[in-house]
Amino acid sequence: MGRAGTIARRTFMVGSVAILGGVAFGYYQYKRPAKNPLLDGLAEGEAALTPYVLINAEGITLITPRADMGQGVYSVQAALIAEELDVELDQIRVDPGPPSKAYYNTALANDAVPFPSTNQGAAANAMRGTVDAVMKFMGMQLTGGSTTVPDGYEKLRVAGAVARETLKAAAAQQSGLAVTQLKTERGAVVLPDGKRLPYQALAATAAQIDPITDVTLRPTTQWRLLGKPMQRVDMVAKSTGRQTYGIDTRMDGMVHAAIRLNPRKGGEVVGFDATTAETMRGVRHIIPVTGGLGVIADNTWRAFQAADAIEIEWGPAPYPATQDEHWQVLADTLETGNQDSQPRDDGDVDGVSMTVEAEYRAPYLAHAPLEPLNATVLVGENRVDVWTGNQIPRMTQASVADMTGVPVENVHVHILMMGGSFGHRLEDEVVKRCTELAMALPGTPVKLTYKREEDTAQDYTRPIAMMRARGAVEDGKVVAMDIRVACPSILDSQMGERQGFGLPGPDSTITQALWDQPYAIPHYRVTGYRTPKLGPVSSWRSVGASQNGFFHENFLNALIHEARADPIEERLRLMTDAPSRKLLETVAEMSGWGGSLGPGKARGVAFSLSFGTPVAEVIEITNTEDGIKLDKVWVAAEVGRVVDPVNFENLVQGGVIWALGHAINSQITYADGKAEQENFFDFEGLRNYQTPEIIVRGLENRDRVTGIGEPPVPPAAPALAEAIFQATGERPTEMPFANSFTFV
Amino acid sequence: MQLTVNGTVHDVDVEDDMPLLWVLRDEIGLNGPKYGCGVAACGACTVHINGVAVRSCQTFVSDVDGPVTTIEGLGTPDEMHAVQAAWLEHQVAQCGYCQGGQMMQAAELLSHTPEPSDVDIDEAMSGNLCRCGTYPRIRAAVKTAAKTLQGT
Repeated sequence: MGRAGTIARRTFMVGSVAILGGVAFGYYQYKRPAKNPLLDGLAEGEAALTPYVLINAEGITLITPRADMGQGVYSVQAALIAEELDVELDQIRVDPGPPSKAYYNTALANDAVPFPSTNQGAAANAMRGTVDAVMKFMGMQLTGGSTTVPDGYEKLRVAGAVARETLKAAAAQQSGLAVTQLKTERGAVVLPDGKRLPYQALAATAAQIDPITDVTLRPTTQWRLLGKPMQRVDMVAKSTGRQTYGIDTRMDGMVHAAIRLNPRKGGEVVGFDATTAETMRGVRHIIPVTGGLGVIADNTWRAFQAADAIEIEWGPAPYPATQDEHWQVLADTLETGNQDSQPRDDGDVDGVSMTVEAEYRAPYLAHAPLEPLNATVLVGENRVDVWTGNQIPRMTQASVADMTGVPVENVHVHILMMGGSFGHRLEDEVVKRCTELAMALPGTPVKLTYKREEDTAQDYTRPIAMMRARGAVEDGKVVAMDIRVACPSILDSQMGERQGFGLPGPDSTITQALWDQPYAIPHYRVTGYRTPKLGPVSSWRSVGASQNGFFHENFLNALIHEARADPIEERLRLMTDAPSRKLLETVAEMSGWGGSLGPGKARGVAFSLSFGTPVAEVIEITNTEDGIKLDKVWVAAEVGRVVDPVNFENLVQGGVIWALGHAINSQITYADGKAEQENFFDFEGLRNYQTPEIIVRGLENRDRVTGIGEPPVPPAAPALAEAIFQATGERPTEMPFANSFTFV
Repeated sequence: MQLTVNGTVHDVDVEDDMPLLWVLRDEIGLNGPKYGCGVAACGACTVHINGVAVRSCQTFVSDVDGPVTTIEGLGTPDEMHAVQAAWLEHQVAQCGYCQGGQMMQAAELLSHTPEPSDVDIDEAMSGNLCRCGTYPRIRAAVKTAAKTLQGT
């Protein structure tokens, strides 16, 4: 049995096979396949052939357990299944499925081990397997880390193949023909005489036989869908205003809620006066919740108005009140704090006489997806239903069970389409607050919508970070780089404090994309420092790499300038990873690197390897009389296999725009313990008029498939910083660049 | 008061100063106009009044002086407006949350500027925020829609 068969056997030996009850712990348990969660709700004549394929009277539903926040993963997951199942994307529906251990995320393990992603050796992969086992045991059904395609690339195709072969076996049983005589296409088994047996007509028979798990995957040369331009399954709805999101949830008897939470995040309510609010039209209840107050009304706007009318005295922030104090904590940590990790220490850094020094800073940033946080919760008799868009359904299920005392299996989390996330919906505070409101109104569905100002004020931000680095050059070459970075811990705040998954050991996000870059700098050291706890921080598109890509590459560019070398030539000389070299050569060719530029024009380049995907970018700007204008960006990314080419280009362009918008324009700063920014007029990212032309190429020079949601982000800011330096002679040292430079 | 939305007359009993957005969403039950900012800084709530693109979150319902068109009224999945067809052809959307407003803004631009320049597009469309960064596709789709409309 090949690898596909092994995956199938470990993952899908369910169906009519008896499932052991009870609980067992340890190594043995994780190797057992998780129970197929679709078997619970099946009616007669329905078949759930794998946890990913459900066939009933209504049609064929493909379960796409990684949540869609706009990155198109419902579509790509469906395409991976459909490729082997022999159904077309216009024949199927997608459903994110229930929270279940069966949908744990294998690829999350890849970045959680102390080996760079370029190391695919036995020891590195063995450790990835161990971490993977732990995650399967915990059942981490999480969307994030650009893992959907790496996680599903084999698993979902195998799911499609298992379902197809099982349906063929059912057709053989019904027709009396040998399986080898049967073909499949467009959702039907085709008999030698051309007669079609639709999958739906075979479902009842298929459900009675053990799934066929001895399958082989089709070679890429036989693909019908994958690797070719496809229309995303959500594209018609999204092009006609018909797509609904969590915020569009409506049901009979539903009430609308607004909330005011202490803008000093985590602080308490000292006192309040709601006498005006209580008399306002449509207001039904004012309900205290953890850290604030909720208003229940008959209309969202009325709830917003009433919430604003409550006079509230807030308690102090459980973190320093001013931005200067936050920066001081980082500076002090670099001076006197204990190191959190030193994942790289090559050569003899202390023996080198360093000639270049730098200090760079990256600000707090809000996620600010366009759809504000919202959730709808209905607390019933021994059952709770939650409708929301988030990336962590199993954690949310557990939280709600814990809060309500309802058994976890009776908490039903319905994951809805998200109007963006960028990491915002890796948190579920909105569900917790809505659950508090709904517990006060049992039997009534409560939809809680955050006002934009509330969403900004309560954002658990990207952490601030500070880098201090020293380096040396010799004979036109970079010879030494010693990077120290201080940063609050995302893992402590997000997974530890809020989800109770505190992990021992270093926080790998602090040094992410600093230590594991494939450069052979002879004396090369990276040290991470974890600051004492500050405000709540969380994962923001590309996580630690979002600031560290800027730090590493801006400093490398400074050293290369000092060495009077060419930034692409010197990177090629230092580069140890062949596919990454190819990327640099590709952006050089795409951009015509080294050619003469027009008047006022300048270019910069940067490279970053994050989430296993290396990306190289060249940015061209013009230094006009009115300020810096972004002209053009060339991007090359190595993902092993471009599964969905149109969406790939869209995600890369979006990632670059995301990175540039925040690098230029955005920051969250604290005063009086509150974020000083409120809405999109003072936190907006990039707009149409500032957006450069962006030319994208995806390369396929290795077997391993990796993701693309986040990796285009880290190289954009340092490439722009280098272009600014080339144009003005002044190197940006802190984001956002608009604090120091003017942009048109 | 009475409102005509996508050709249908609705009687609504609301405060004069309720923004049109919330009348459309919570009173009439239309999901197309989206709430993003509440202060006319994002454009997700854009609808047409008398064919003119307005931010419905900043328009008092009592100030509505003509028929309202939302993205649902611009075209349907079976009968798309040229702008919607272009959005589909270019696969503009990522999360899609802003796109209803983007399309309403683009439709109005093309109604008075049939051959928009890049500057025209930038000026008309820069009030519509897209946090996913689909701007390159929006520009291309506006141009495609312009060609389609000129051909008809």
